Amino acid sequence: MKTEKIRTDILIIGGGTAGCYAAVTAAENSDKNILICEKAHIKRSGCLAAGVNALNAYITEGRTPQDYVDYCMKDAAGIAREDLLLSLSERLNAVTERLEKEGLVILKDAKGKYVTRGNRNIKINGENIKPLLAGMAERQKNVRILNRVNIIDISVTGNRVNGAFGISIENDTFYVIEASAVLIATGGAAGLYRPNNPGFSRHKMWYCPFNTGAGYAMGIRHGAEMTTFEMRFIALRCKNTIAPTGTLAQGVGAKQVNALGEVYEQKYGLTTSERVYGTVNENVQGRGPCYLRTSGITEEQEQSLLKAYLNMAPSQTLHWAESGEMPSGHDVEIEGTEPYIVGGHTASGFWVDTDRATTIPGLYAAGDAAGGAPQKYVTGALAEGEIAALAMCRYLENGAAGKIPEEEIALRENEISGFLSNGDSPYTAEQLEEAMQTAMDSYAGGIGTNYRFSEKTLDEADRRIVQLQRLSDTLHAGDMQELMYIYELRERLTVCRTVIAHLKARQETRWHCFAENTDYPERDDVKWSVFVNSRFENGNTEIILRRVKTP
Amino acid sequence: MSIEINKQKCVGCGKCRDVCPGTLIALDENKRAYIKYPRDCWGCTSCLKECPVQAIRFYLGADMGGTGSRMHTLKRGELLDWIIEFPDGGITTVTVDTKESNKY
Ligand SMILES: Cc1cc2nc3c(=O)[nH]c(=O)nc-3n(C[C@H](O)[C@H](O)[C@H](O)COP(=O)(O)OP(=O)(O)OC[C@H]3O[C@@H](n4cnc5c(N)ncnc54)[C@H](O)[C@@H]3O)c2cc1C
Ligand code: SF4
Ligand code: SF4
Repeated sequence: MKTEKIRTDILIIGGGTAGCYAAVTAAENSDKNILICEKAHIKRSGCLAAGVNALNAYITEGRTPQDYVDYCMKDAAGIAREDLLLSLSERLNAVTERLEKEGLVILKDAKGKYVTRGNRNIKINGENIKPLLAGMAERQKNVRILNRVNIIDISVTGNRVNGAFGISIENDTFYVIEASAVLIATGGAAGLYRPNNPGFSRHKMWYCPFNTGAGYAMGIRHGAEMTTFEMRFIALRCKNTIAPTGTLAQGVGAKQVNALGEVYEQKYGLTTSERVYGTVNENVQGRGPCYLRTSGITEEQEQSLLKAYLNMAPSQTLHWAESGEMPSGHDVEIEGTEPYIVGGHTASGFWVDTDRATTIPGLYAAGDAAGGAPQKYVTGALAEGEIAALAMCRYLENGAAGKIPEEEIALRENEISGFLSNGDSPYTAEQLEEAMQTAMDSYAGGIGTNYRFSEKTLDEADRRIVQLQRLSDTLHAGDMQELMYIYELRERLTVCRTVIAHLKARQETRWHCFAENTDYPERDDVKWSVFVNSRFENGNTEIILRRVKTP
Repeated sequence: MSIEINKQKCVGCGKCRDVCPGTLIALDENKRAYIKYPRDCWGCTSCLKECPVQAIRFYLGADMGGTGSRMHTLKRGELLDWIIEFPDGGITTVTVDTKESNKY
């Protein structure tokens, strides 16, 4: 393995939605050198790989950015940052227009206006959205892209970020990257909990299985303040294929019904977590399985659905075709997924200011990695990438160049050669990953317990995760890809500990399923209308409670 | 859920390997692609859409209700054919116009 040192002004970790757009914004607004490090290849990496179905966050005619903020605040039962939501909402429509100019197909009416789906969505053909964004980044002269370079950690010394360390899974290289400002755009964390299909199809999950919480773990390790990790995201999805259900619910108006054919959604409420909770509860009460009532839709609607799913979740179309259970004649069974940590859907992630600056000077976060602003989706991730990029350019005007101390480089090289030469562990990263998912499922509110947990079970989860962390020290990697798998496991374990600490800290049940605490089954607005934040220090997760008002 | 690659058809261009969001595909010593980590496939279909010779087919794992059908894509200008082959030899094609928005 060789070591290569690189210098750049701005380092972007993760060339996904927010990362690509941030690179384009910084390139178009400055003459700085920008480097994107992407663990896969920016053409199809991250959440957008298969395509998306709609733009879920858009300010439709007659509505204002404040309306969008109000909706998000309500859906999150008050635990979100109005200042962050407003700053991204104000940019949603401009980033949408930019994407259209770059070639994204958006449905328009006869007058040339975007056709809306409900109050906040617009209809698109999102199959090629990622290649389109990647192309925009590749065309910039001052953007350099390193594909298949997995960043394993950032470097923080002298109370600021100085760059990061990466491994190339292609050419046996250890990268030391010195940067003056760093953007974490690594998305959220999947694979913490035992998934819906734990066997051969274990990666047929909703969230991108290759987003392993790397950015969160880097922040946690270096003492960045993190927020709301207890607000896990659990999606309501089509059984087996774990394909999105919004297209059925909002697109063809399919209602949630139980096995008796009763519409149950009104009974529980319509927020994101209430929709999942209703489905779980109908099953618990013996009225499952639950479905989206699609039977009775027209032949034309059915054809449109087959195509829509090919543009975002092709397995659902294949499933309909091969099972013969087409949606016009058969309702679509639904279930809740395993919990994810995703700052673009709920409010978990880095605690940031309106510039998307984290609590570590020079370190920024955008998209699913950034907390406080739920329901940002694709356009919100783009907006945050833009905000962070402009702020990093301003920061660079007086910021000194990042410098990584030689001793730290030597320590990292040692750590890596340790994993490559370890010899006597009976375990593999895969085995420990399964053990982690089982522990989280049983003791930290996974599918197996209908998302419920108690203080006692959380203590057991933490005990097991700490033990797995120790076991992970002695794992052996045969090549760079296996080395990446070890780092992925270790970052997931770090994130798990923070999730457990947050779940334990919030002594109420504010969001059913997302944080269903059996010791405190009621919502308590008097005590718990606060953010649960944390900082990891000297091996402990220190909890910080912050008022919900804009700081 | 995973993919299978027909080594006889593969021309070794490496495009599927490049584009996979999990870097799950590798080329063997004869420069033929194979899926190195079949259990880690997300089912995004990026690799099939990239393959110039339709050597890659996608199927649903038996654990998620798959019954042995396979799907691949064929690009015809702005049209994208999704071709499903059933185990009994039957074939269904759904054609998507890439310039047309979803209706829902
Ligand atoms: C299946 C699915 C369907 C969705 N559908 C819609 C929809 O229809 N409409 C909508 O508005 N929103 C939708 N969303 C939400 C939206 O896609 C995401 O919120 C948004 O794309 C997140 O952007 P991001 O930049 O934070 O993450 P991503 O776009 O996932 O980018 C993260 C990037 O970081 C890379 N990375 C991770 N770790 C490392 C590391 N250690 N080193 C280097 N690189 C790393 C990843 O490979 C990836 O490229 C969907 C999400 C999913 C998962
Ligand atoms: S379908 Fe997607 S995840 Fe699976 S091998 Fe192909 S590109 Fe990789
Ligand atoms: S894209 Fe097709 S032809 Fe090219 S390497 Fe992959 S399987 Fe072979």
